[in-house]
Amino acid sequence: MVNPLKPSERMRIPRQAPIEQPPAIRNHNFEEVSLGFNEDLVTQEALRCLDCKNPVCIDGCPVSIDIPAFVRLVVEKKYLEAAKKIKEQCYIPAITGRVCPQERQCECECLLGKKHKPLSIGKLERFVSDYERLYGDNTPPEIHARREEKIAIVGTGPAGLTCAAELAQRGYRVTMFEALHAAGGVLRYGIPEFRLPKAILDVEIENVKKLGVEIVTNFIIGRTATVDELLDDFGFHAIFLATGAGSPNFQGIPGENLPGVYSASEFLTRVNFMRGYLFPEYDTPVKIGKRVAVVGGGNTAMDAVRTALRLGPEKAYLIYRRTKREMPARAEEVDHALEEGVELHELTAPIRVISNDGRWVSKIECVKMQLGEPGSDGRRKPVEIPNSNYILEVDTVIIAIGQNPNPIIQATTPNLASTKKGTVVVDENGQTSREGVFAGGDLSRGGATVILAMRDGKLAATSIHQYLEKKAVEHHLAKTAVS
Amino acid sequence: MFEIVAKESLAPVLTKFVIRSPFIARKRKAGHFVILRVDDHGERIPLTIVDSDAESGTITLIVQTIGKTTKLLSLKEKGDTLLDVAGPLGNPTPIENLGTVVCIGGGVGTAEIFPIVKALKEAGNRVVTIIGARNKDLVILEREISEVSDTLIIATEDGSRGLKGLVTDALSDYIQSNGHIGAVYAVGPIPMMRAVSNFTKPFDLKTFVSLNPLMMDGTGMCGACRVTVGGETKFACVDGPEFEGHMVDFDELIARNRAYADLEKQSLERFERELAEGGLIHG
Ligand SMILES: Cc1cc2nc3c(=O)[nH]c(=O)nc-3n(C[C@H](O)[C@H](O)[C@H](O)COP(=O)(O)OP(=O)(O)OC[C@H]3O[C@@H](n4cnc5c(N)ncnc54)[C@H](O)[C@@H]3O)c2cc1C
Ligand SMILES: Cc1cc2nc3c(=O)[nH]c(=O)nc-3n(C[C@H](O)[C@H](O)[C@H](O)COP(=O)(O)OP(=O)(O)OC[C@H]3O[C@@H](n4cnc5c(N)ncnc54)[C@H](O)[C@@H]3O)c2cc1C
Ligand code: SF4
Ligand code: SF4
Ligand code: FES
Repeated sequence: MVNPLKPSERMRIPRQAPIEQPPAIRNHNFEEVSLGFNEDLVTQEALRCLDCKNPVCIDGCPVSIDIPAFVRLVVEKKYLEAAKKIKEQCYIPAITGRVCPQERQCECECLLGKKHKPLSIGKLERFVSDYERLYGDNTPPEIHARREEKIAIVGTGPAGLTCAAELAQRGYRVTMFEALHAAGGVLRYGIPEFRLPKAILDVEIENVKKLGVEIVTNFIIGRTATVDELLDDFGFHAIFLATGAGSPNFQGIPGENLPGVYSASEFLTRVNFMRGYLFPEYDTPVKIGKRVAVVGGGNTAMDAVRTALRLGPEKAYLIYRRTKREMPARAEEVDHALEEGVELHELTAPIRVISNDGRWVSKIECVKMQLGEPGSDGRRKPVEIPNSNYILEVDTVIIAIGQNPNPIIQATTPNLASTKKGTVVVDENGQTSREGVFAGGDLSRGGATVILAMRDGKLAATSIHQYLEKKAVEHHLAKTAVS
Repeated sequence: MFEIVAKESLAPVLTKFVIRSPFIARKRKAGHFVILRVDDHGERIPLTIVDSDAESGTITLIVQTIGKTTKLLSLKEKGDTLLDVAGPLGNPTPIENLGTVVCIGGGVGTAEIFPIVKALKEAGNRVVTIIGARNKDLVILEREISEVSDTLIIATEDGSRGLKGLVTDALSDYIQSNGHIGAVYAVGPIPMMRAVSNFTKPFDLKTFVSLNPLMMDGTGMCGACRVTVGGETKFACVDGPEFEGHMVDFDELIARNRAYADLEKQSLERFERELAEGGLIHG
């Protein structure tokens, strides 16, 4: 069955709204907020696609998924084939369908969006990959050629997992090293359950293991073993570094180290990773009090403020120095946060954290901002409005103003070029300044996105394969020259 | 899983564990620590690596029972396993030959200073070690430390062993009757490290302290361990844990370490109740 509707009829169908938990209920639980589409909704939505001759949506997707092709399969109710189509380009669609900033990528380009609302590509992607997880054939692909070379992948976030899967399928012996006690990177310790259920991540990690990839947790490269030891002592032939950008920035304002001031990473790790919300059943404590202020406007800030809200404060403020429009977070998350009762203080910057007794935070002093001239990044720079200071009474402050790579690998790997911000420098193939050592994801980009991390993982896999092929040829030539 | 291959009680609240962890044993240096988790519901806690044996692939930890997690750990026996042990973390203590050095350990800090004493001695220093404890029963590692120190001074608060008084009294006596000291290393309770730093400051005597803020990941990812040193924020797990004592904001550290005191107390009481009722929920 091809799409039976004429373009004009397709355009008359409204963009389908996904099923969601109502705000007043979901802000008290950690279950998934968006339940996505059911089969009726998915069909309706898929019928909207104009199947364009020049599908510009594909240009918007960082990994160039053939969107009209998979949507056509959805119209035909061939969900497993649709999933397969997506997986030609994207290894983890159940995750990207949930967390990609679609409104700035695929959906931003969609032709339907010019006059109407764009196709809900992310939700379609999510539906078919969830369908595949439930009803598809989960036996791992057969690996034909076995290779002797061993590859070490450092970090188990989306970049590392993708690279591992690609290389394992090419027959390489792949070992992943993870500093923490569980794999998944930010997908595990950062993005909360209500946005990305961990059961989905667990399946993706299992799939990688089924390909024969070994995952070693509690193993910190640069500490437990260095990059050079992996190459020289452990006998790895190539390395992919994908350790992310986990180290939180602070503003440097007075009072920022008071008890009760968290980085978003600490707060989210306490709650999501260590299950602080189940204290004392779980041992890691977390405190939120009656009023919490979160500073920032990215995904991390949204996740922090919505996680905080679920711990039951009376007020959750979101303090952002530009306006809602400029927030780098996914639009859906900003909307969800506001629906759930987050109070937005836009055009506001904190200048001081105050404690009444020196033991715990009690106030945060803010100043109002206005948007001035565009800065080097093209965004209008916020400037302080003199004498507009005001004070918010708070029990907790969470700072979510960005992260940089942690310094361990850069500090322990000689001749590994990195920038002032700590990101590792790579060429167009993902190779670092060290031979046989590749890098990607947030480690080379600074805080970016899941899909870009995935793309880097894929690129590195291809580059590593080429590098090792070349080595093998060289080795062979050297041998024949000797004999 | 990390097996406990030996356990020994050193004092009423101090227990020594030898744990199989070959990779860490191979790499660890004086000043390193691990972060461990006893079980799936557990907290991640930092503990100094007191000693290691690369050949048998083991590390030694000495743990003071203070709250829920250390209590749970103290109940583990030889043959039991720990779920997670990660390390070696932190920067190793910079070890140089400085002539004469003074090492001070207070309480469980005596265990933490031991590897530093040993390394300084191996580097050719004349090492004077001062052990401080509340009373004679809490003096640990006396034999091990005396073997690697040129001089060992013991100070107890009640005078039941060695000098009666605090480690700073012992340090004061030593400084007055002896010549040049290259540096002082102090590990122990925060008030002790502060007292030592305050004491050495007028002498312009380089003093290193090993800070023990709350930690979680130990890899620079959370900032829970941040401390103010010389007016700048540092992450103790990647920038430390050792810092120059004269630069450290000890008040801030004390306040930050108290952040969860109420919840920690609750957690410990709940655990002790469970133990008394004989129904361990997990562990
Ligand atoms: C709270 C939050 C919400 C986000 N929301 C979104 C979103 O909605 N959509 C989106 O596209 N992006 C989002 N992002 C960004 C996205 O998560 C990252 O861009 C992505 O995870 C980067 O992937 P990565 O594989 O490079 O690294 P990471 O996911 O950061 O994984 C790195 C892994 O390496 C490990 N590691 C670090 N150092 C070492 C070492 N020395 N040895 C061994 N292991 C080490 C870390 O523990 C970690 O597990 C969010 C980020 C955060 C923090
Ligand atoms: C780098 C480093 C090395 C350490 N080495 C050792 C060691 O070798 N042996 C050892 O016994 N302990 C050591 N500690 C301290 C140890 O980590 C804590 O005692 C432990 O985390 C307490 O856990 P708990 O659940 O038993 O107690 P909690 O319930 O967490 O705490 C009980 C009480 O102890 C205080 N406290 C909590 N954490 C710390 C801390 N990190 N430092 C000081 N006081 C704390 C709390 O304020 C609370 O009042 C070290 C800490 C650091 C940061
Ligand atoms: S991977 Fe992301 S950008 Fe690409 S089609 Fe899917 S949701 Fe859109
Ligand atoms: S641009 Fe939009 S309408 Fe056109 S093919 Fe892509 S998704 Fe369909
Ligand atoms: S313990 Fe998390 S940054 Fe140091």
